[in-house]
Amino acid sequence: MAVYAHSPHADLPPPKSTVGVVGWLKKNLFSTPVNSALTIVALTFLCWTIPRLIEWALINADWLGTTREDCSREGACWVFVAVRIKQFLFGFYPGSEYWRVVLSFSLVGFLVAWLLIEKTPRKGFVAFLTIFVYPVIAYILFYGGAFGLPVVETHRWGGLMLTLILATIGMFCALPIGIILALGRRSSMPIAKSVSIVFIEFWRGVPLITVLFMSSVMLPIFIPEEVNIDKLLRAIIGIIFFESAYMAEVVRGGLQAIPRGQYEAAEALGLSYWKTMLFIILPQALKLVIPGIVNTFNALFMDTTLVLIIGLFDFLAVMQSAFADPKWLGFSVEGYVFVALIYWIACFSMSRYSQYLERKLHTGH
Amino acid sequence: MTERQDAKQISTEVMVELRGVHKWYGDFHVLKDINLKVFKGERIIICGPSGCGKSTLIRCMNRLEEHQRGDIIVNGVTLDNDLKGIDQVRRNIGMVFQQFNLFPHLTVLENCCLAPIWVQKKPRREAEAIALKYLERVQIANQAAKFPGQLSGGQQQRVAIARSLCMSPSIMLFDEPTSALDPEMIKEVLDVMVDLANEGMTMLCVTHEMGFAKTVADRVLFMDAGEIIEENEPHAFFDNPLSERTKLFLSQIL
Repeated sequence: MAVYAHSPHADLPPPKSTVGVVGWLKKNLFSTPVNSALTIVALTFLCWTIPRLIEWALINADWLGTTREDCSREGACWVFVAVRIKQFLFGFYPGSEYWRVVLSFSLVGFLVAWLLIEKTPRKGFVAFLTIFVYPVIAYILFYGGAFGLPVVETHRWGGLMLTLILATIGMFCALPIGIILALGRRSSMPIAKSVSIVFIEFWRGVPLITVLFMSSVMLPIFIPEEVNIDKLLRAIIGIIFFESAYMAEVVRGGLQAIPRGQYEAAEALGLSYWKTMLFIILPQALKLVIPGIVNTFNALFMDTTLVLIIGLFDFLAVMQSAFADPKWLGFSVEGYVFVALIYWIACFSMSRYSQYLERKLHTGH
Repeated sequence: MTERQDAKQISTEVMVELRGVHKWYGDFHVLKDINLKVFKGERIIICGPSGCGKSTLIRCMNRLEEHQRGDIIVNGVTLDNDLKGIDQVRRNIGMVFQQFNLFPHLTVLENCCLAPIWVQKKPRREAEAIALKYLERVQIANQAAKFPGQLSGGQQQRVAIARSLCMSPSIMLFDEPTSALDPEMIKEVLDVMVDLANEGMTMLCVTHEMGFAKTVADRVLFMDAGEIIEENEPHAFFDNPLSERTKLFLSQIL
């Protein structure tokens, strides 16, 4: 038996070699011989490629001009992109009406920013505007035919504008439909359950290209000729159904991770099924699957490029059609890099926002 | 623990009545012919070995579990598939779980306000006032703005009790409320429960805290293999158990 002297021991600083730059390098880059070797190999590779890339894309690149003769051909020829930028952004939308597209996107950008940024007042009212009022305004602005705005047929829509329209509508609709389907699939009601399962398994089992192709080529054969559903609308519906099936499974994953006790506590308090879902289960389940939801959003954003096969000219398709211009043959690398950069910026922003959201919603459990 | 108050007159008003209740999980017969009357203001402790059906029994009383045969009548409402009846019963019965089951994405205050606002349709301000009153009573009002994940187990369980009380139930069910707690936190939760008992709340509590049982219980039920084996006043139950199974059980836990 022993009694140990109990005098307060002063807090000592941690050993020098474990903190600061040296500690960080040691811990993260040179912790073992293998890691040290990998670090050196990776650094060598980066030193070898990055300067060449910068040289090509920025230092030796040509930025100004109007024809291919303005490109010295040493580096990238961004003149190609600059000359055709309007077409890349707006497709074949009439130039005099560009302001409608810009106004519409600025409006939704403003509304969404209002909703996403913390501490802005009256979020409920703005959400109502975004969900119920904005779509009407956007339709009138894009399509026209009211308030003296000339009609712009959907086959003239194209470029980044079309990509953003497809992606935004797809995301806004796929998430709520996916949530309903996920709840349906876990429902104890046999009809809701089987309808959800059949829907999800059907749309998940078919490639998106097939869906788009069917909507564009097969559907007109089956429906009467007088009923003329717009091609773009058919593509959008196809994308929404397809993506909502994936979204449903992502959300279901989150629902399954919620412990039984949460349902029981809500039931014991007398909350109804829908209130339990709305206030207790979905907030937790959706938070858990933010990475999966953003993953699906990113995939949806990329998938919109497939509308090319039914003759819609999205951002990538407009770019590819520009490669065929005899005046600008041989600039596909610049084109693809530009397209990739735009897609990357959009997806990376979504990814960063989702990480911020995860941190914000973390409540220490 | 506060001392037990003087023996009181138990009301003759029946709060919960079980008549010939049977329940099966698949082929497993978990409750066998349970008959029980709980009177207003009565404090009943249910104990028994693991898997004897004691949790299932109290979970049947607010229809977290469905019984297959017999009648359960709570406050005059017979529990069957009628959802309105179930809702009515659940508004009347509060339940506290072993794992607390607080809603981790809501603050302590929001946990307490949610049901009063959305089930009882109280205005938010009123619901918050009630919540703070009960949080005060379980001595945790100063933590109202925190999330459950930031509290200790004992604090979480006290919040769970306050959350139930906010619905002003006439019956409280406790399903092993202290079993998931570190030893030094058990007392703070039991103290709250003793206070509640002394205020005349009708309580059914599944627990192995025998000290607590002796302090507050009017009756102790001993269950084994889905049946109520023995039922007695607490001192008699612990000092002179009648059946062999009860004796064996008590020798193992005491």
